[in-house]
Amino acid sequence: MLKDITLGQYYPGNSIIHRLDPRVKLMGTMVFIVSLFAFGSVSAYLLATLAIAVVVTTSKIPLKYILKGLKPVFVLMLITVLFNLFLTPGRTVWKFWKLSITAEGIRFAIHMAVRLTYLIIGSSILTFTTTPNSLTDGLETGLGFLNVFHVPVHEIAMMMSIALRFIPILMDETDKIMRAQEARGADFHSGGLIRRVKAMVPLLVPLFVSAFRRANDLALAMESRGYHGGAGRTKMKPLVYRRRDVAAYIAMAVYLILMILLKFFVKIPVNIL
Amino acid sequence: MEIRIENLSYIYGQGTAYEKKALDNISLTIHGGEFIGIIGHTGSGKSTLIQHLNGLNKATSGAIYVDGKNICEEGYSMRDLRFQVGLVFQYPEYQIFETTVLKDVCFGPKNQGLYSEDAEKQAREAMRMVGLDESYEQKSPFDLSGGQKRRVAIAGILAMKPKMLVLDEPTAGLDPKGRDEILGVLRDLHRKQEITVVLVSHSMDDVADYADRIIVLDKGKILYDDVPEKVFTHVKELEEVGLAAPQVTYIMKALRQEGWDVKDTVTTLPEARDQILKELGAGAAFAGRSQDGLTGGKADD
Ligand SMILES: Nc1ncnc2c1ncn2[C@@H]1O[C@H](COP(=O)(O)OP(=O)(O)OP(=O)(O)O)[C@@H](O)[C@H]1O
Ligand SMILES: [Mg+2]
Repeated sequence: MLKDITLGQYYPGNSIIHRLDPRVKLMGTMVFIVSLFAFGSVSAYLLATLAIAVVVTTSKIPLKYILKGLKPVFVLMLITVLFNLFLTPGRTVWKFWKLSITAEGIRFAIHMAVRLTYLIIGSSILTFTTTPNSLTDGLETGLGFLNVFHVPVHEIAMMMSIALRFIPILMDETDKIMRAQEARGADFHSGGLIRRVKAMVPLLVPLFVSAFRRANDLALAMESRGYHGGAGRTKMKPLVYRRRDVAAYIAMAVYLILMILLKFFVKIPVNIL
Repeated sequence: MEIRIENLSYIYGQGTAYEKKALDNISLTIHGGEFIGIIGHTGSGKSTLIQHLNGLNKATSGAIYVDGKNICEEGYSMRDLRFQVGLVFQYPEYQIFETTVLKDVCFGPKNQGLYSEDAEKQAREAMRMVGLDESYEQKSPFDLSGGQKRRVAIAGILAMKPKMLVLDEPTAGLDPKGRDEILGVLRDLHRKQEITVVLVSHSMDDVADYADRIIVLDKGKILYDDVPEKVFTHVKELEEVGLAAPQVTYIMKALRQEGWDVKDTVTTLPEARDQILKELGAGAAFAGRSQDGLTGGKADD
């Protein structure tokens, strides 16, 4: 059941997107997200859709799998959209008791829904096609310039990669402990709120104990192998830009230019109301 | 109680990139009162199989009948099944969560709906069975050693008084004494209380010593399902799938090759001892073989 959460997991593959330099993918995701929020027009969304479609197709990740990743955040999205829908001031079009929907609210809610969906899809393509290790590698190298400002980039990247590495381990562990307690008659799936919260104790205590034990073991193992932070540390696989990476940067630039052109020259008149 | 498994297959992560067929068309019947050993190489599907016995895994295909009732059917009470089939997980000490040993062992019986006193009574009985005396009751389980924690966890299952006890490598990581004690407890439960025992193990010696039927799994399929003497005649095939016969079997085979007239299908130490003594007695009578062989053989025992 926990395995159903696909969001943020790596989806093994060998497509061109998988093989791109992680820095490129990070930049691409950033460009994409910024473009979503900077250019909020129907034509911009169409272009973004096209871009996503191209990337998804080349990445060879089943669309079903990507959409499944949206499920866990659906409720969150719904709440955001509802808040926007009801709480935006403006021209009222529908009123019920103390709640009123405004034209601006509807427009805003639609924008929000589209942006959030694309934001999640965009960033999940990043995590689907990039192993946690290369992701943090990319971050570390890409943000290396921050070292000048005494930001501990390596340490942050290391913490991130450890945290990411531990997510599936802890999920497995949760599953195992749940089963073990269910074998002793624990019931996680029924009863009222209080009973359910209480039922979590036999799950959470062993989970925390094991998380601390693992953290401790890992720290010891790292130290005994001579880990002492980032200074002077070299990489086994240094990141090198290749032709496909340059091509990807160019594609990004083209995407951005198109977005800007669309903003100034193409106006699809949409009158929602 | 009797559990009948028919054409059971199980696939992990069906429909994802990590799809993995862990069990492939398994059929077997566990009769009441048996002591079954399940062996198999790492990843052969032992843990997956036994988690079907109390309904924690839902069969991808196939059916499981407990006392004639299909447990996959709507309306079958999984919780009742879990109290009847006590399942001790691999490294069960990682499931301990209470502040005192007694409370932790009481968790199962309390889930069964027993009142505190009855639950505690059963918990105490279970603790005695695994060799934990009164002094442990109020201790924090997190202060115990690994082997003691293991006992607490096993007591936690025994306290529910299951009719069938399924254990996933209960002796992994224990010292020889701890191992013998735990297996001894199982033997007692099986002999005196007629509890059905299913023991998953990596150790051929343990399984051969304690089980009266052995199921060998390989890559999710049943390779052998027979009495130990028969299963361990297939030494070569077992070695091919990453297993081995018990050490005594090898010793007896070696003795036989040296020209001693002993059976090489022996799988347990007592049998081997009887065979060797008989042969030595016979041999010493007319050939006057050296007495060193006898003492050497005894020391092994
Ligand atoms: N939660 C899981 N998700 C996906 N695959 C799994 C999971 N658990 C086990 N598997 C796979 O199923 C197969 C059988 O695993 P199982 O745990 O049943 O083996 P086992 O015989 O108990 O091994 P071991 O002796 O190491 O305990 C293995 O190949 C394993 O990789
Ligand atoms: Mg196992």
